[in-house]
Amino acid sequence: MQVLFARHHVRVYRFVLRLVRNDATAEDLISEVFLDVWRQAGKFEGRSAVSTWMLSIARFKALSALRRRPEEELDEETAERVEDQSDDPETALAKKDKGVLLRQCLTALSTEHREIIDLVYYHEKSVEEAAEIVGIPEATVKTRMFYARKKLSELLKEQGIDRGWP
Amino acid sequence: MNTKNKEAHSEIEELLPWHAAGTLSRSDARRVEDALTRDPELARRYALVRDELGETIVLNETLGAPSAHAMEKLFAKIDAEPARRQAMSRNLGTRVVEFFASLSPRTLAFAGSAAVFAILLQAGIIASVMLTETKTSGYETASAPSNPPAGEGAFTLIRFAPQATQDDVTKFLAANRLSIASGPIAGGIYKVRVAVTGLPKAELAEIVKKLQGDKVVGFIAITE
Repeated sequence: MQVLFARHHVRVYRFVLRLVRNDATAEDLISEVFLDVWRQAGKFEGRSAVSTWMLSIARFKALSALRRRPEEELDEETAERVEDQSDDPETALAKKDKGVLLRQCLTALSTEHREIIDLVYYHEKSVEEAAEIVGIPEATVKTRMFYARKKLSELLKEQGIDRGWP
Repeated sequence: MNTKNKEAHSEIEELLPWHAAGTLSRSDARRVEDALTRDPELARRYALVRDELGETIVLNETLGAPSAHAMEKLFAKIDAEPARRQAMSRNLGTRVVEFFASLSPRTLAFAGSAAVFAILLQAGIIASVMLTETKTSGYETASAPSNPPAGEGAFTLIRFAPQATQDDVTKFLAANRLSIASGPIAGGIYKVRVAVTGLPKAELAEIVKKLQGDKVVGFIAITE
């Protein structure tokens, strides 16, 4: 179990953190994820990669935690708008860097879009694996990725960067 | 462009993110490569995908890691379940075998490549140490090492293209006078030293831009 934890905990933590956007919650969730992995080890049939199995457990835990959040907490869109309004000169200067801007827009995507982008680009999941983790058909994975990228382009355009796509 | 071609174009375009991440099957990757060489607009869009991939990796890598508390909490919970623990330790050997069996062929291939690369790297380091020792006069104070300390210099994060061979990587490093400082970390990324002293940001950005054009490089970014 230690080996499994050492090998996968950082990636699982980052996946969860990008979904719940709270360090303490993400840390609590990864111990729950690995406890489930330990409990269900006997049921794991090895038809998919271990990391794919773990990420699907992590996703379920993260989304359940998001649903439990008190209603008075800021929703994602409100949080993003607040950040935009509080731009100081330093932030405004940093925004001129395209990379920084792209990362800000990646953070501003919806949970659904952040999740698919991370799974494909960072966690290196194939179409089939992403479909298994998210629980949607493979064709929907491709479409969702397309719309996530399209939304990213729109957000960049709002910040003054026109990528000429889509 | 007729309807059939448009559909094919759109299907290929949908595959670009997976091509950039190196997770397509060999036949799909070949189809995408062919389309990229034929279609300049698709190639331009592929460059956008590579930007997105690079920044997603940078963003995730800056998220840090959980504290040791997470592991302590987990094992405290596991300790609270004695019956399962016994079963777990009895089957540990079986579970290790199952664990390796469950790794995807791509993960195993990557682990294999990383191991071969590490061996080559180690051989290179040993050879360079021996050559350095031959060249020096034989006396060196402990306070004045001839090699730069591990943390000094200018660095980039590089993920090599999935199709790059060990030979390609070795030649690329030698041709550009680069050395691997550490890695691979998550995502198969290496920290690569481009200069033994720190460089101005603009100069480092120029070097990164030049290296980005090499087919061996899948992803590259400046790092501290």
